[in-house]
Amino acid sequence: MTSEVVEHNCDLLIIGGGAAGCVAAVEARERAPELDVLLLEKAHIYRSGCLAAGISALNAYLHPGETPESFLRYVVRETHGIVRDDLTLTMAAELNEQVRKVGSWGLPIPRDELGRPLKRGRASIKIFGERIKPIVAKRAEASGARILNRVNVTGLAVCEGRVVGAYGFGVRDGRFHVVRARRTLVCTGGASGLYRPSNPGGAAHRMWYSPFNTGAGLAMGIRAGAEMTSFEFRFIPLRIKDAIAPTGEIAQWLGARQINARGERYLEKYYQHLGGQRMTTQDRLHATLMEHRAGRGPCYLDLRGVEPRRLEDTVRAYLSMAPSSAMIMSDEAYYARAGGEMAPIEITGGEPHVVGGHGLSGYWVDAQRRTTLPGLWAAGDVVGGVPKKYASGAWAEAVIAVRDMIDAHHADISVGELELAEQCRAERARVFAPRAHRNGVPAIEMEERLQKVMDEYAGGISQQYGYSEGGLKLAKLHLSRLEHEQGALMADDVHSLLLCHDVIDRITVAQQLVAHMDHRKETRWRCYQERLDHPLRDDARWHVFVNSVRHPDGRIEMRERQVERAQVQVVLPPLSDGAVVRRRRNDASETNGQ
Amino acid sequence: MGSEHGEIDVGIKVDEERCNRCGTAEEPMCVRDCPGDLMFIKDNDKAAITDNADCWDCAACVKVCPTQAITMQLPTSLVVRGVTLRGRGLRHKTTWTLRLRDGEVREYETPSTGKAPFTPNL
Ligand SMILES: Cc1cc2nc3c(=O)[nH]c(=O)nc-3n(C[C@H](O)[C@H](O)[C@H](O)COP(=O)(O)OP(=O)(O)OC[C@H]3O[C@@H](n4cnc5c(N)ncnc54)[C@H](O)[C@@H]3O)c2cc1C
Ligand code: SF4
Ligand code: SF4
Repeated sequence: MTSEVVEHNCDLLIIGGGAAGCVAAVEARERAPELDVLLLEKAHIYRSGCLAAGISALNAYLHPGETPESFLRYVVRETHGIVRDDLTLTMAAELNEQVRKVGSWGLPIPRDELGRPLKRGRASIKIFGERIKPIVAKRAEASGARILNRVNVTGLAVCEGRVVGAYGFGVRDGRFHVVRARRTLVCTGGASGLYRPSNPGGAAHRMWYSPFNTGAGLAMGIRAGAEMTSFEFRFIPLRIKDAIAPTGEIAQWLGARQINARGERYLEKYYQHLGGQRMTTQDRLHATLMEHRAGRGPCYLDLRGVEPRRLEDTVRAYLSMAPSSAMIMSDEAYYARAGGEMAPIEITGGEPHVVGGHGLSGYWVDAQRRTTLPGLWAAGDVVGGVPKKYASGAWAEAVIAVRDMIDAHHADISVGELELAEQCRAERARVFAPRAHRNGVPAIEMEERLQKVMDEYAGGISQQYGYSEGGLKLAKLHLSRLEHEQGALMADDVHSLLLCHDVIDRITVAQQLVAHMDHRKETRWRCYQERLDHPLRDDARWHVFVNSVRHPDGRIEMRERQVERAQVQVVLPPLSDGAVVRRRRNDASETNGQ
Repeated sequence: MGSEHGEIDVGIKVDEERCNRCGTAEEPMCVRDCPGDLMFIKDNDKAAITDNADCWDCAACVKVCPTQAITMQLPTSLVVRGVTLRGRGLRHKTTWTLRLRDGEVREYETPSTGKAPFTPNL
């Protein structure tokens, strides 16, 4: 198949027009109107990415009395000490301004009598966010940035070790796009669909993280040799069974407690040693699994006693973020009420994801969000080392990156034409290869195979998230076979071509993930990172970041990086035996903490 | 074009009586907004989904349809049959019609843009 080639030049390229990408486009055009900004998005920016359905809270915000340092303390506790202080502090310092700005663009933010955003949780505020995505997208459109929807980016253009643009194809017309850019920002979100999902067959895409965020931005960085961090810190949502919604809405907003099948508040009753009601996010999931093993499952969120009016508010909140949960909840609620009171809602763990906005995994960047590849910056869910940033943190990272990109040296993008021409030919051949096959493998088959391998050997739902060396070895073997078989993928139209690249990118991310899981030989984050063959946390050996770089021959080199502490007093969460570790943090870092 | 998994009524369903291909709009709204690029226009000028198994249930298409032709129904593998949702995005709010399994209909409204309603003890 021959495809038309479209060439573009720009000063600043943004790959992915989600939460981070849209805000980045606005920031770039406002700060430097002379810049030619081009944004490439695989879908349409109005509803693309994680924010498609809307959200009902902004989960990174500094309430009165909180500071970037106090935010950092909260995050350090959740991640058992492995966190980038510089990234967290710079992000946190930016949060409230970004929330204010998007509010001024038309996002409805309910406020209290003093005009302060309504508190929903420690670092969370309530919003009416059904239309949050179109609100930021329309701002990006109006900014004067060139928005090119429906281009799926597949690879980075790299010349003499520097990123000078990207390649992609039109998901409707199959045209091949070649972009030369002075500076590039990657913000394509995390990776879903690596593991066999909670729901079977026809409901397979009813997963927590957007099934359309396939880890493309991570995969293109991995292929280009960017350093990645902490993939082994996966994120697994504790969610309302069968629906995509995490439990936070009900737990935080209605104050509903987690109960087991006997009606006991199990976090307090059996897991005081993990912190009881105040335990970390991953331990809530862990405790829920343990209840099942102890014969006291399934577990629920207790809605008995919640006023019907508040419940209706919750249905409304779900309509604005996870409509299917509203359907399940409303249906269940209605029929339970016939018997007198609201039935508890069943909760369970979902499938694992690689997502830096919740967990720790992603690009290794510096405080300006520069990746290890010159010319490439990253923001949002693709960035590792700084968890709990969510939507508002993605905006914060976008503006931090863009400010530095504007200041950065203007790269000469005319050099290395020969190297680029060769690379362009190779990428084009790689991209369209599945179109040439008649009797190959359809993407869905390879996706199911990948998900089966990851589920069974790399700590999926069927393994209750645990894994050990033997299984990981098999996972590596099967993944390398899958990588080899990629060559047989078949696409009979451009939409299937997109699905082929989705699975190719997922395989690349999965290989990196398994290498990370194999390297960290301890258990630091139960469920998220749980080695059955190394069940204890080992601070003496493993209080480090695990990083990786993939070489052109496919070999994945593992690296360890020290955790550098800012001058902040932190209290680490209890070890499994209940001992509290107190640590004075040293190594002042230069990060701002206004 | 149904799903490979043989579910006909569940997932995203377009009522062909109502769908008018968005009248004179350059690009039909549902085709424009689906984050997975799943909606397309069939030969008879009516919208349809490529494969319901690929759908995220985000309801972006449901809300943006100007004729309310799109209904979302949860897969039978998740809940009992017959729970459906329709919506309509208006200027500052979205209205929703939720039909429960025995046919009871409930209506909801969610604010979408502009000033938030004053709701101190929401
Ligand atoms: C179900 C769910 C509920 C959430 N609820 C909340 C909440 O209540 N509060 C909160 O603060 N946060 C919430 N979050 C988190 C928040 O949505 C994300 O952290 C945030 O959207 C991350 O921004 P991002 O720009 O990194 O990714 P996204 O917003 O997902 O954007 C990524 C973009 O890149 C595009 N893209 C992907 N691959 C390619 C490619 N190859 N080429 C071109 N474009 C590509 C995608 O289409 C998308 O537009 C939630 C997330 C989920 C999944
Ligand atoms: S519900 Fe969302 S994912 Fe499904 S077809 Fe509609 S817009 Fe696409
Ligand atoms: S948005 Fe509604 S009217 Fe427009 S094409 Fe889609 S289904 Fe038809």
